[in-house]
Amino acid sequence: MADTSFDLIVVGGGPGGYVAAIRAAQLGMKTAVVERENLGGICLNWGCIPTKALLRTSEIYGLIKHADAFGLSVKDVTYDPKKVVERSRKVAGQLSNGVKMLMRKNKITVFEGSAKLAGAGKLAVAMNDKTNQTLTYKHLILATGARARNLPGLEADGKLIWTYREAMVPPEFPKSLLVIGSGAIGIEFASFYRTLGAEVTVAEVVDRILPVEDEEVSAFAKRAFEKQGMKIFTGATVSNLKKGANNVTATITAGGKTQEVTVDRVISAVGIVGNVENLGLEGTKVKVDKTHIVIDQWSFTGEPNVYAIGDVAGPPWLAHKAMHEGVMVVEKIAGVKGVHPMKTENIPGCTYCQPQVASIGLTEAAAKAKGLQVKVGKFPFIGNGKAIALGEPEGFIKTIFDAKTGELLGAHMIGAEVTELIQGYSIAKTLETTEAELMATVFPHPTLSEMMHESVLAAYGRTLHI
Amino acid sequence: MSINILMPALSPTMTEGKLAKWHVKVGDAVKSGQVICEIETDKATMEVEAVDEGKVGQLVVAEGAEGVKVNAVIAILLEEGETAVPAGAAAPPPPPPPQQAAAPAPQPMPAATATLASPPPKPAAAAPQPAAASSGQRIFASPLAKRIAADKGINLASLKGSGPNGRIVKADVEGAKPGAAPAPAPAAAPTAAPTAPPPQPIFTAPGDKRVPHTAVRKVIARRMLESKQTVPHFYLTVDLEIDALLAARQAINDVARKMGAKVSVNDMVIKACAKALRDHPECNASWTEEEMIQYGAVDISVAVATDRGLITPIVRNADMKGVAQISIEMKDLAGRAKEGKLKLNEFQGGSFTISNLGMFGIQNFSAIINPPQAMILAVGVGEERVVARKGQMVIRNMMSCTLAVDHRVVDGAMGAQFLQTLRSYVEQPAAMLV
Repeated sequence: MADTSFDLIVVGGGPGGYVAAIRAAQLGMKTAVVERENLGGICLNWGCIPTKALLRTSEIYGLIKHADAFGLSVKDVTYDPKKVVERSRKVAGQLSNGVKMLMRKNKITVFEGSAKLAGAGKLAVAMNDKTNQTLTYKHLILATGARARNLPGLEADGKLIWTYREAMVPPEFPKSLLVIGSGAIGIEFASFYRTLGAEVTVAEVVDRILPVEDEEVSAFAKRAFEKQGMKIFTGATVSNLKKGANNVTATITAGGKTQEVTVDRVISAVGIVGNVENLGLEGTKVKVDKTHIVIDQWSFTGEPNVYAIGDVAGPPWLAHKAMHEGVMVVEKIAGVKGVHPMKTENIPGCTYCQPQVASIGLTEAAAKAKGLQVKVGKFPFIGNGKAIALGEPEGFIKTIFDAKTGELLGAHMIGAEVTELIQGYSIAKTLETTEAELMATVFPHPTLSEMMHESVLAAYGRTLHI
Repeated sequence: MSINILMPALSPTMTEGKLAKWHVKVGDAVKSGQVICEIETDKATMEVEAVDEGKVGQLVVAEGAEGVKVNAVIAILLEEGETAVPAGAAAPPPPPPPQQAAAPAPQPMPAATATLASPPPKPAAAAPQPAAASSGQRIFASPLAKRIAADKGINLASLKGSGPNGRIVKADVEGAKPGAAPAPAPAAAPTAAPTAPPPQPIFTAPGDKRVPHTAVRKVIARRMLESKQTVPHFYLTVDLEIDALLAARQAINDVARKMGAKVSVNDMVIKACAKALRDHPECNASWTEEEMIQYGAVDISVAVATDRGLITPIVRNADMKGVAQISIEMKDLAGRAKEGKLKLNEFQGGSFTISNLGMFGIQNFSAIINPPQAMILAVGVGEERVVARKGQMVIRNMMSCTLAVDHRVVDGAMGAQFLQTLRSYVEQPAAMLV
């Protein structure tokens, strides 16, 4: 008979959940994770990781198509959709196994099943093997994640109309595609399929794509995608999806004009909803608002000893936010000294389309809306030696400083490898550096990171290379 | 090539500042990192360090000059081998006409800036200041926190950091009020000595209250602990007869009333101490590792109890002021101290402190020296006592005072002579007019 009594149980084995469990185990808590599907959650199995594997394929494919620009002759480049997807699944599988190993290593018990609150300190688990378990806990973290939102009239059917899930494992690649929604998920798939040759149309309800990003980044991205041949409708509503035998005709209204677009497949990427159902939250003090569990700055729900982290607890819907929250709440439970609430403005966001987008903190518009006086610096890839050598001269890095204090309020990047660069500004923001320290930092030459330096210099009228 | 030293912008909003003090003179060799001058902005006073090394060729802007524009040339450094400022080479823009012509001070003034200078204290190489520069341990604060603190005139040492390992971060500084930093406060009572981590565990029971430290409380704790641990105190007690002083006070108040002043015994004591210090410049002094600093001015710090804790506003040049003037100033300072509205320069510095607990009926006590000062006078209640005079028991108004002395600066006999002089002023107040 397995042990059923734990100091901490985490419901959901995604990045927030399994990281919280590991931290708890490190702190000496007897810990369990309940996972109904795959350890690693959406991120690792159906999100961040497998899409990165797919995008790596499209990136290499795109480079090879331009091989002659690098002095290489490559002929008859083709791809095998089956192998492309296989590689992506293999990567996800490898990492999911890695998480299993981490659970074993940290002596964390994993229950494969669905959990439900069953009175104070009790959790009923309907195991995947059809048995039932009742577990007891001192502390419970809900980390059940989120899933794609279905809008009425645009419901995904998994065949012609996909969510990210089907888009990731297509039996064959569509020749034409409509992506509804231009957030990170929508735009990454749009970029992947476009690079591999599909005719891609993007419809975004807001007046610009990548709506959470700085307006200049949105505008630059739109131009770049259109140059690649994407059709983009902003301020657009998709009112009707007419399904044919092997295609879909969508009615798109944008800029006062209505038109019909017929495509092989549609990807619906219109946001997510929290997984709050069947958790037994009814009758507890756990509050749900718009499919998300309401928490305070410490991830407390209001129900004694029940906490929520990650996507189910609200935006930003990012794996690294969930992981950070998980560590924070576990340390708070354990009474570790010096635990701080998470600062949203210090969470970077990355989108792996081509060109890549990365950002942290306030956009210029948001900073101004707060009434702050700002200094803005911008530096283009074309002014950077490494970018030219890489054959990646498109993009820019923009930094926003508080004119009064020199605080780095935000940074916004678009261009090659910026998702690997943004962490520099994350550190800067976490350490509360001002422009002075960033200016005094030596950036290695020749690297793309030099643009981060130049952007700061530009904000103070001191840029060197333009 | 000579090097122009420019007026630095000490905060993003600074456009001009006052050159409060030069720490170097023409001909001095300057090392990179050495403090060369102090700049006063509307918000704070900060030390400026040399970036380059060389020999001071010319001080372009005079000490005390106000309204010096950012990036104006304030001094010229000569590199090795150079002997004079090349005539046309530097061509420094003429400095703005100093509004206060700075009299060349033969002796350094009390370091008014020392403790509250916003950057973490750095050992001031050539600085003749004895104060915080030498005492400070490193303060961990984020660059942004330092910037905001400097801008708002907040003393980082007075803050509790909430960041990793107690690092002071933006949120800590934003919560602090400018000028909330207290002056180095003297202990009013011997029992006030705060301690570092208590040697004994503290056992708490339900009903015990945990009161978080205020910024002021922490500064008092740190400074007093530092004083008791690092300053070798000794104590001298005298009983002063104050009948003549009380009579003089009565007479003075008959006149001073017309000025709207009401002179207190404490105001008279301030004056008497100031006069005595003028007579004993060796007592109006501070210890530094290199040398003794004897102050040119007699600035008396007076301990004032406020809701926030002790603060010590300063009556400057008290030896040169009349008691009515002292009284008016003291009333104003004490009033604003209680409202927390003192300006930095009104409670920073001072060369001697008076702490008076007479109003509470305390007969006699020993106070803790307020570094870098060398002495503090603890004043007790003025009361009628039976004393012996010429073999007779008589009743006299008496007041006991205990002087705490830093033995590194002042020896026993010197301290005793100071008290003798003080007695002569208190017991024959007319002497203060001489």
